[in-house]
Amino acid sequence: MFGRDEKVSEERLTAAQYIILGIFLVLAYGLWRLQVMQADYYSLAAEKNRIRNVPVLAPRGKILDRYGRTIVDNYPSFSALLLRDSSRDLSADADSIAQGLHLDPNEVRARIFLKEDITPDELQFIEAHRNELPELDTIMAHRRLYPRNGFMAHLIGYVGEVSDDMLNLPAFELYNPGDVVGISGVERQYNDMLMGKNGSRQALVDSHGREVGRLGETDAIPGKPLKLTIDIDLQIAAEQALEGKNGAIVAMDPHTGEILAMVSGPTFDPNDFAVRVSRDEWNKLVTDPDKPLLNKAIQAQLAPGSTFKIIMSVAGWQEGVAQTMHVNCTGSAEFYGRRFGCWVKGGHGAVDLEKAIYQSCDVFFYTLANKLGIERIAKYATDFGLGQKTGIDLPNEVSGVMPSEEWKIRNFKQKWFAGETISVGIGQGAIAITPVQLLRAISAISMGGKMVVPHVINPTEMPPGLIEAGHYADVKNVSLDPAGWNFITDAMSRVLLPEGTAPSAHIPGIDIAGKTGSAQIVSLATRAKFKNSDALAQNGWFVGFTPRRNPDVVVCVLFQGGEHGRLAARLATQVIKAYVEKRDRSPQKMTEKPKNNGTVDVGGLWSDPISEGESDALEAARFVVDLPKKRTVLATAAPGMN
Amino acid sequence: MSRYVSYRDFDWLLLVFVLLICGMGVMEIHSATMHTKFAGAHIKQMYWVVAGVGMMFLMSLVNYQALLEQIHWFYIAGVGSLMGVMVFGQKYLGARRWIKMPGGNHFQPSEWVKLILILAVARYFAELRHRELSWSDFMKAAAIVGVPMLMVLAQPDLGTALTYVPIAIMGVFLGGMQWKQGVAVGLLALVGVTAVFAVPRVHVLKTYQKQRLTSFLDPELDPQGSGYQVEQSKIAVGSGGLWGGKGSQTHGNFLPVPQTDFIFAAFSEEHGFVGALGVLLLYFIVLMRLTQNAQTAPDRAGTFVVMGVVAVLSFHILVNVGMVVGFMPVTGIPLPLMSYGGSSVLFMFLALGMVMNVRMRRFVN
Repeated sequence: MFGRDEKVSEERLTAAQYIILGIFLVLAYGLWRLQVMQADYYSLAAEKNRIRNVPVLAPRGKILDRYGRTIVDNYPSFSALLLRDSSRDLSADADSIAQGLHLDPNEVRARIFLKEDITPDELQFIEAHRNELPELDTIMAHRRLYPRNGFMAHLIGYVGEVSDDMLNLPAFELYNPGDVVGISGVERQYNDMLMGKNGSRQALVDSHGREVGRLGETDAIPGKPLKLTIDIDLQIAAEQALEGKNGAIVAMDPHTGEILAMVSGPTFDPNDFAVRVSRDEWNKLVTDPDKPLLNKAIQAQLAPGSTFKIIMSVAGWQEGVAQTMHVNCTGSAEFYGRRFGCWVKGGHGAVDLEKAIYQSCDVFFYTLANKLGIERIAKYATDFGLGQKTGIDLPNEVSGVMPSEEWKIRNFKQKWFAGETISVGIGQGAIAITPVQLLRAISAISMGGKMVVPHVINPTEMPPGLIEAGHYADVKNVSLDPAGWNFITDAMSRVLLPEGTAPSAHIPGIDIAGKTGSAQIVSLATRAKFKNSDALAQNGWFVGFTPRRNPDVVVCVLFQGGEHGRLAARLATQVIKAYVEKRDRSPQKMTEKPKNNGTVDVGGLWSDPISEGESDALEAARFVVDLPKKRTVLATAAPGMN
Repeated sequence: MSRYVSYRDFDWLLLVFVLLICGMGVMEIHSATMHTKFAGAHIKQMYWVVAGVGMMFLMSLVNYQALLEQIHWFYIAGVGSLMGVMVFGQKYLGARRWIKMPGGNHFQPSEWVKLILILAVARYFAELRHRELSWSDFMKAAAIVGVPMLMVLAQPDLGTALTYVPIAIMGVFLGGMQWKQGVAVGLLALVGVTAVFAVPRVHVLKTYQKQRLTSFLDPELDPQGSGYQVEQSKIAVGSGGLWGGKGSQTHGNFLPVPQTDFIFAAFSEEHGFVGALGVLLLYFIVLMRLTQNAQTAPDRAGTFVVMGVVAVLSFHILVNVGMVVGFMPVTGIPLPLMSYGGSSVLFMFLALGMVMNVRMRRFVN
C-alpha cells in the first residue's frame, strides 16, 4: 500500500478541475471565434480554395492572303508544369521527370513551369505516367505558327506577352499582364481583331489543383481571320529576289494602294519568338548591323539617289522649265564655286529632258535644281508625300526628311545655302525617304497624279467602318499636266532599253517604265579613305511599273550595298515578271492529256517546198512532242503552312 | 483481496461516454476517408476500439498496487526499449521512432513509456509523506520524467516528448509543490524556451520543428509552407459555421490528414460549432468523471495514477484542439479516442483500464 494514510489535498484536486475547465473554455472560445464570429470570412476562404477560375484561351485569328490562302496559323502547344503540394516529397521523382522531359533534374526541383511547347514524345511521357506522377500536368495553349525561314516576317510581325511599357499605352489599356498580343507588324496593327476573347471556366479543384468538377463555363470567342492584300505568289517572287540581300522590295497596285508584296532583308524567324527567345539570340538580332528586325520598306530612311530625278522632272515640267531645257554635259559643272561631277566622267554631250531621264544625267538635274530652287523642289516632293509618313497600316512607319529653307532653320538654326540645292537635285544631301514613300510618289506620277494610301488590309470581309477610319480608300489628286507625265513615263520606259541605265534588266515582251538610282552613303572621297569598304558601298534603287500607261503594278526596290541601280532593277523585274506571268496564265487547250513522261502525240501535215516533182504534195506524220517546261505552280499557302 | 473486486464497481458511465466519443471518431474517419486511399479506415478503427476495450478489462484485473511495486523494473525496461529504438529503430521521415517487430508490425515504445511514467510518478509521490516538496524531491521527480523525455526528444519526436511534461507537472502539483517553486520553475521554463527559439547557437530543436512551432503565430506569412496546415485547418473549422457545412476542405483534400491529427477540424467543418462544442462537452464530462474517481481512490497512489491519466488526456485535448483552432503550433499530437490509429487508441484504453483498476478497489481496505 502506498500512501494509505494521507490523502491528496482536496483543494489541489479541485484546482486541477478548474484548470481543466479553464482550458475547455479557452478551446470553446477558439471554436466560437472561428465558427460564429468569422464564419463568413472562412466560408469565403473555403469557396476560394475550392473554386478556381480557369481561363479558356481563345485562339488568335488566322492571317490570310488576298485569295484566302493561309499565311499564319495556330497550333496546339502543350506546356508541362508541376503541381506542388506540401504533402509529398518530389525529389525522388525529379530524376525520372527530368529524363522524360529532357531537362536538368535541378530545373525540375526549382521550377513550376517545367517546359513550354513540349514535343509529342514528352507529352506521351506525361500521359503514360498520370498515376505514378499525379503532380505532373499539362496545359494547352494555341501558339502562332509562322511561315518558314522568315517569310514575310516583317510584315506579319510576331506576338509576345504584353510588356509593362505597352500596358501603359492607351491602345493596350484594356489588356492584362500575361496576355499574348501582337508586338510588331500586322499582328500588332490589327491585334484587336486577331485577338479573341478568353473564356473562363469555374472549376472545382482539390488541393492539388486538379479539376474534380465544374460549375459553369463561358466560351472563348476566337479571334477573327484577317485577310491581307498580299498575293503569296508575288510575295514568294519578291522573297526570292531579295534572298541573301540587304534591302527591301515593295509591290503595290497603284489604283487602290493595295500592297501586293513587301519584303525586308535580312529577315528573322518569328517562330523563334513564339515560344521564348533566348537572350543571346535576341541580342544578336538587335546588334546585327544589317538590322534584321527593321522593316526597311517603311523604316529605312535613305537618300533616294537618281530615282529622285523623276520628282525633279515633274517639278521642272510643271514649272515650265524642264521641257525646253538643254544642257551640254561635259562630265561636270560648276555651281557657286564648287565643281559637281556627273556619273559619266566623259559627259553625256547634248542632253534634253528625255535623255536626262533614261541616261540619268547628273549635270542636267544640277542645272534644273539650280533653276527651280529648293522651295519649288520641296513643294513638289512634299506634294508627292516625300518626307512624310504614307499612312500605311503598319506600326512604326518613319517619316524621312525632305529638306527646305524652313526645315534648315528649324533644325539647324542656319540659313539654306544655294549650293545645297544642287545635291538635292540628284537625290543626295539631306533628303532621306523610305521605299514605300518613293513607291507611292512614283505610283502617283504613273497614275497622272492620283495618289493612294498604301495598305495591307483587304477591304473585303472587314467590319464596317474600319477602312473609312483608316483612310485607306482616300485618294489625293495632285494636278499634273498630262503631256508632262506622259513624256516623263515614256522616257522612263527607255531606262531598260539598250540606251538606258539598266538594259540588263530588260525582259522582252514586258513594257516596264522605271528609274534606277545609286545613292552614296558617304562621299566618294571619304569612301576611298576607308579603302572602298563594303559597309560604305552605294545603295541601289529602282522604282518601276508595268505597263507604261494605266499600270497594274508598281515595284520599288532598295538594294543596300547594291552599288548600282541596275542591279536593283533586275530584282524589280523578277517580281514584275512573276506578276505578268501569273496574270497572263490561261489554261492550255490540249486534245490529249499528257502521258506520264510529259509528252503528247500530235499530228502534222505539210508540203516540202524544196522537193522536186509534184509541188503540192502533202506529207503527214505523227510526232511525240515534249511539253514545254513545267509551268510555275501557284502557292496554296505561305511556306510552312500546309 | 481480489474477491472484493467486482464489476459492479466498474465505471460503466465513463465507458459509455468514452465509447460515444469513439463513435464520433469512427463516424468522422468514415466521412473523411470515404473517397481516398484510406477508405475503410473506420472499420479498422472499430477493431482497435474493440481490442482497446478488451485490453481495458484485462488491465483492470491486474492490481495496480502490484504493478506499482514492480514499477522500477518496468521503468528500466521502458528506458531500455527507448535505447533499443536509438540503436535498432527504423528510420522513417527523418526520425527514429519505431522498432520493427516480427510479423511486419511496428512498435513505438514512446507510447507505453507514457503509461510507465504515470505509474512511476504516482509511486514516487505516493511514498513522499511531507506536505511540502523539497527542492531535492522536485529534482528527483524531474529526473524520472526527464530521462525518457530527452531520449524521445532525441529521436526526434517533440510531440510525444511534450506529452510527458504534464505527467510531471500534475505529480508535483498534487504532490505538494510550493508556490515559490512553481514560480521558479515557470520562470526557468520561460527562459529555456526563449533560449531555444531566440538564440541561434542553441541547437535543441531542428529547423523544421522551430518553423512548425512558430508559424502558427502568423500562418499568413507562409501560407504554402508550415503555416499552410494551420491556415487550412482554420478555414475548415470556420467554414463549418454554427451548424456545419459541406465539408469541402475535408473532402477536397485541403485539410491535411483529416483522419488523424486534424480529425477535430474535419468534424468541426461537417458538424459546426454545435457539434464541436458537443464533443468538447463529452471530453469534459469524461475528465470530470475521472477526477471524481481520483478523489475516491483508496490511496494516494491511486489518486496520482488517475490524475496522471487526466493530465495526459487534458494535454492532448489542449494541444490538438488548440492546434485545430489556431492557438497552438502543429506538433503531431493526435486527439485521443477520436483520431485514427492503433497505438493511440490502445494507449488510451490501457490508461482507462488503470483508472478502472483504481476505482474497482476503492472499497478495499
